[in-house]
Amino acid sequence: MRAPYAKFAGYLAILLVGLAAPLLFSAYQSQMAELWLFIVFALTWDLVGGQMGYNSFGNVVFLGIGMYACAAVQVGLFYEVSTYNNARGGGATVFTFDLGQYLEGLAIGLPVGAVLAAIAAAILGGLVLGMRGHYFAICTLGLGIAAGQIANGWEWIGAGSGMVPPTPPAALGDLSRFYYFLAMALAIATFLVLRWLYTTRFRLAINAIRDNEDKAESMGLKTTRIKVMAWVIAAFFLGIAGGLLGNLKRFIDPIDTAFAGATFGVWMVLMAILGGKGTLWGPVIGAAVFQVVKETTWTYLLGWQRVALGLLIVVIVVFFPQGIMGYFRERFPARFGHRVEEAARPDRAEETTG
Amino acid sequence: MLDNIQILVQAPVITLDLVLNGLLIGAIFALAAYGMALVWGVMNIINITQGEFVILGGYVAVVMGMYGLPPLLGVPVAAILLFVLGWALYHTVIFRIVDRDLFTSVLATFGISIVLQQLMNTVFGGDVQIADAGLGTVLLMDGLVALAEIKLLAFALAAVLGATLVVFLKRSRLGQAIRATAQNARAARVLGIDTDRVYAATYGLNAAICGACGALVAMAYTIHPYLGLPYTIRSFMIVVVAGLGNLAGVIIAGLGLGAAENVAGFVLGTQFQLAFVFLLLVVVLVWRNWRLARRREYLK
Repeated sequence: MRAPYAKFAGYLAILLVGLAAPLLFSAYQSQMAELWLFIVFALTWDLVGGQMGYNSFGNVVFLGIGMYACAAVQVGLFYEVSTYNNARGGGATVFTFDLGQYLEGLAIGLPVGAVLAAIAAAILGGLVLGMRGHYFAICTLGLGIAAGQIANGWEWIGAGSGMVPPTPPAALGDLSRFYYFLAMALAIATFLVLRWLYTTRFRLAINAIRDNEDKAESMGLKTTRIKVMAWVIAAFFLGIAGGLLGNLKRFIDPIDTAFAGATFGVWMVLMAILGGKGTLWGPVIGAAVFQVVKETTWTYLLGWQRVALGLLIVVIVVFFPQGIMGYFRERFPARFGHRVEEAARPDRAEETTG
Repeated sequence: MLDNIQILVQAPVITLDLVLNGLLIGAIFALAAYGMALVWGVMNIINITQGEFVILGGYVAVVMGMYGLPPLLGVPVAAILLFVLGWALYHTVIFRIVDRDLFTSVLATFGISIVLQQLMNTVFGGDVQIADAGLGTVLLMDGLVALAEIKLLAFALAAVLGATLVVFLKRSRLGQAIRATAQNARAARVLGIDTDRVYAATYGLNAAICGACGALVAMAYTIHPYLGLPYTIRSFMIVVVAGLGNLAGVIIAGLGLGAAENVAGFVLGTQFQLAFVFLLLVVVLVWRNWRLARRREYLK
């Protein structure tokens, strides 16, 4: 076991690097802000997909709800949303937001987005979390795309031509830097909440559901309630992340940004698996590796990015399903405090249940 | 929306037109679903790539049309080419995931579908395309019900293909081996069936069916690189409603889905037709789950 000081120093180092990074590499601020958001994506996906074994393809629903709700509140507090969307930057009225209005909109919009996403998760979860295995996976896939299609046809939020979050006032300063720190705060908050959550009985309950749901239920766990709770927690943080992402991107496309099953929806699964599902640090590492690789190679793969993404999914899932953390846990079990026999390894149990 | 329902009530002929056209495309849905059920039943894999196979088959017909060949010839050609593709995919990726847990197979086939989708987008471009078979339109009831001849032909061909497939699975050696493997893969291996070859053949056969479907879709309807997933979802939905190994159920569910979708597309507006398909999937699954929960069972 490492000394507690080492752990503390590690956290402190990450915090310092995180705080200094936008000042040192200001050209890459928005990519780094995106990285913090990706960490939230992967962590929240892993709570349900990795720790609970419910592999969702539809978590983008909550991302999109948060994004649209935040933008709608930001606009709606001061103007009529439908006229704002119909104007599309042109038109008779000029929609301006001063610093106070902008911050007020954000301060109300982010929590509203989070709460709406959590409510959506509670309602949808009650309906779909009774399903097992691949029925759940495909049902959530359908949910994600249906949500995108509905947003694509809904005039009030701009339909297929998308919605532009409020233009930030000049007094705000560097927009990317502003959102970088918000995203970083969100990622750290998510990480700490999940880290605390994983020390409670709740983690044991969701792990029991992953390993054998029938047994967990016969032991007296209210499985559906626990599953819905886990999804609600994931949705809450995703909702905030959505609000931030929409403002960071400064344009919300219903299918390519908000309910982006083909990009963010797949990426969050990929990042969690790449890092190692069912671990606390796995999704964080996976997100970091993924974002760095994506940003450094994406421009060279012009037109072939999504082909590469598909190939990456196949290769990781087929050849490297245990992920980076899983790989190290297998190589150095002692570093992870494991003294268990090979046969009782938790990841083995994962493979036998579907 | 209410106006559209009123139109349907006041003019039942339009309803008839929508339902008939829906039934015609429903046959294609049913055929693709039958292929999905085959792979699901034999290999226990849910093939998300299904829809991409369909669209790829469609592009075969489109390309043949471009070079002046009759697109109808695309049906057998697409079937053969897609069989080869499916067989090759089995020997590169799928054989590694046959015995793995379901999530792995869902995600791996999802990855393959993204690759195929994007390759099609790069190679054929992102436009909606059709293969013109050069057939006319049949008008019924004083021209109020219009049925394109190619749709009727596609319906007939889908029916013939489906029937051939059923007979093939019942009678031929390979078909019997496939059914034996579906019942009990281990026992089949003990009795000397090379299950690896059976799996490869099954996956290839499914791809071939989808390819033929796709060629029909390209002639009677339209294709687009990103329209694959709806076909996967439709197939899945039909199999879930019908149950594995229920041929009559697959046919009825497929035709019903085609008709329902066409009517919904008219009532809600075509921009919501895809949303309808995906929401219907959710509703079907939730409804089934609720029914099973009342019997204290669940879907495995």
